[in-house]
Amino acid sequence: MANQASIETRDVRLWYGEFQALKGIDLDVSRGRITGLIGPSGCGKTTLLRCFNRINERYDYVRTEGSLIIDGHNIYAPDVDLIELRKRVGMVFQRPNPLPISIRDNVLYGYRLHTPKAERSRGAEDEALESALKSVQLWDILKDRLGDRATRLQLEQQQKLCIARLLPLKPSIILMDEPCSALDPDATAKVEELIRQIAGEFTILIVTHNMAQARRVSDECVFMLIGEIVEHGRTEDLFIAPKDQRTADYIEGRFG
Amino acid sequence: MTDTTSGTDEGQVSTSRRIAAIVEPAIEWLIRLCGFSAIFFVFGIFFFVFSSGADFIMNRLDVVEFMTSPEWYPTSVSNKRYGTLALVAGTLSVTTLAMMIAVPFGLGTAVFISEFCDGPFKEALKIIVEFLAAIPSVVWGFIGLAIMNPVIIDVFNAPIGLNVLNGGVILGLMSVPIIVSIGEDALKAVPDTYREASLALGATKWQTVYKVLFPAARSGLLAAVLLGVGRAIGETIAVLMATGHAVQIPNSPLDSVRTLTATIAAELGETAQGGDHYQALFAIGVLLFIFTFAVNLTADLLVRGIKNK
Ligand SMILES: Nc1ncnc2c1ncn2[C@@H]1O[C@H](COP(=O)(O)OP(=O)(O)OP(=O)(O)O)[C@@H](O)[C@H]1O
Ligand SMILES: [Mg+2]
Repeated sequence: MANQASIETRDVRLWYGEFQALKGIDLDVSRGRITGLIGPSGCGKTTLLRCFNRINERYDYVRTEGSLIIDGHNIYAPDVDLIELRKRVGMVFQRPNPLPISIRDNVLYGYRLHTPKAERSRGAEDEALESALKSVQLWDILKDRLGDRATRLQLEQQQKLCIARLLPLKPSIILMDEPCSALDPDATAKVEELIRQIAGEFTILIVTHNMAQARRVSDECVFMLIGEIVEHGRTEDLFIAPKDQRTADYIEGRFG
Repeated sequence: MTDTTSGTDEGQVSTSRRIAAIVEPAIEWLIRLCGFSAIFFVFGIFFFVFSSGADFIMNRLDVVEFMTSPEWYPTSVSNKRYGTLALVAGTLSVTTLAMMIAVPFGLGTAVFISEFCDGPFKEALKIIVEFLAAIPSVVWGFIGLAIMNPVIIDVFNAPIGLNVLNGGVILGLMSVPIIVSIGEDALKAVPDTYREASLALGATKWQTVYKVLFPAARSGLLAAVLLGVGRAIGETIAVLMATGHAVQIPNSPLDSVRTLTATIAAELGETAQGGDHYQALFAIGVLLFIFTFAVNLTADLLVRGIKNK
């Protein structure tokens, strides 16, 4: 299990109604590493990311085919427990989206969903809360105002909170869709630093438009183009010596 | 040639400009007038209602009796009494029962339409709910009289089916559409990112509704409920037909009652204009006005509260 890829997809195809957004994706995502997903706008990065926790299925006109294996289980098998899947695979969105409830309730939101009432206790919750906020370096700033509404925080803090609320669930994978695109350069740097810090514990998949960010943050990089994967390799290799001409054109800014 | 043409063009332009210079401000004034007329009507109506009863309210009305006595005998020959407590109790009991039906039903429908329905079915349901709102209240009263009445007599073995229960059910159904449409608007206004955040953390749709959407749309949903209450308090003809016309403080839902509105509607035509009884009915009007004004104002402030966030 340890050597096995964290996510393995084979010939994943996805349609929005008549429109095919993914055209056969074969991808092995290495466990415990940060994989960047890059490519021009509309190439299907978000769509692919949203397959891994099956949140695409919110729209009933979405159809997915192919095999998508996470930690050895086909997540599109008929008997898959979506709730359990989403506990194992957390997601951070493009715009920070803390819930319109208190900071404390935000961090504990997922924890409470997945812990039966009988096993919950104030003490355990306090512990989970503190350790999650400490991991994202928000504990010292927020510990005296845990009852405040999370939606009033600064964007950087909101985004860190959105990462923090995944941690009590002990996910094995964290999906991030352009997590810094709503942040200023300063906040971006801090969130990137945080991502690097928590790496290792989790498999992280991060979509980004920003080449420099992909280079700074990711260990491996995947370049996508119109619903297909063009190239996948170690980040240095992909940026320094791309194998495919289209990759070279893209990272040199010739299109996209 | 070219000179003349351009000359005519300029002439036309300046004429149309001159017309615009007159028409534009005129339209602006007309629109402004429409806006101010709303203020005029509200104050005008309140002034009318109050002044029609002013002489009696200021000089001969025993306010303590008016507010605390259940005895409403405006036509007694020897001892006229103007207590509205029983009427207020009538209004409150029917409204309370109506809300016990309309709030869960209305909010439930709003959640269903907004969160669990899609496409043509959703549109159809919205149209049907709007249709429900368009049914004239006298038709509702007729349903109370002709359908609910015998049903209640049968089911509860009651002597009469025109009572709090009947009026409450009718009023409840009448308030549902307003709660549904305002409630649905409130839920629709919740950003979709909240739903995705919750679902992505492993919540079910229903958990998302009560843990995220209800707190997020709280003030809008409360406003929906209060507007429903306002609708119920103010409704007249349907309750007049369905509640059985007995001035009394009800002990059970099977007791007949009379509401404030029904009292005005039933008695105003039979009083001498300007007499004490006539003016007392206007005093009830003032009371009603205060009730509905308070409810609507609260609802309004709440709705404003959501917009500011
Ligand atoms: N909900 C949807 N319904 C229909 N088509 C969609 C939907 N979401 C995305 N698409 C289409 O699928 C394709 C891939 O979109 P996707 O959002 O995955 O691209 P992306 O690589 O994330 O782009 P960006 O860099 O702009 O975020 C696009 O052509 C888009 O128009
Ligand atoms: Mg995207």
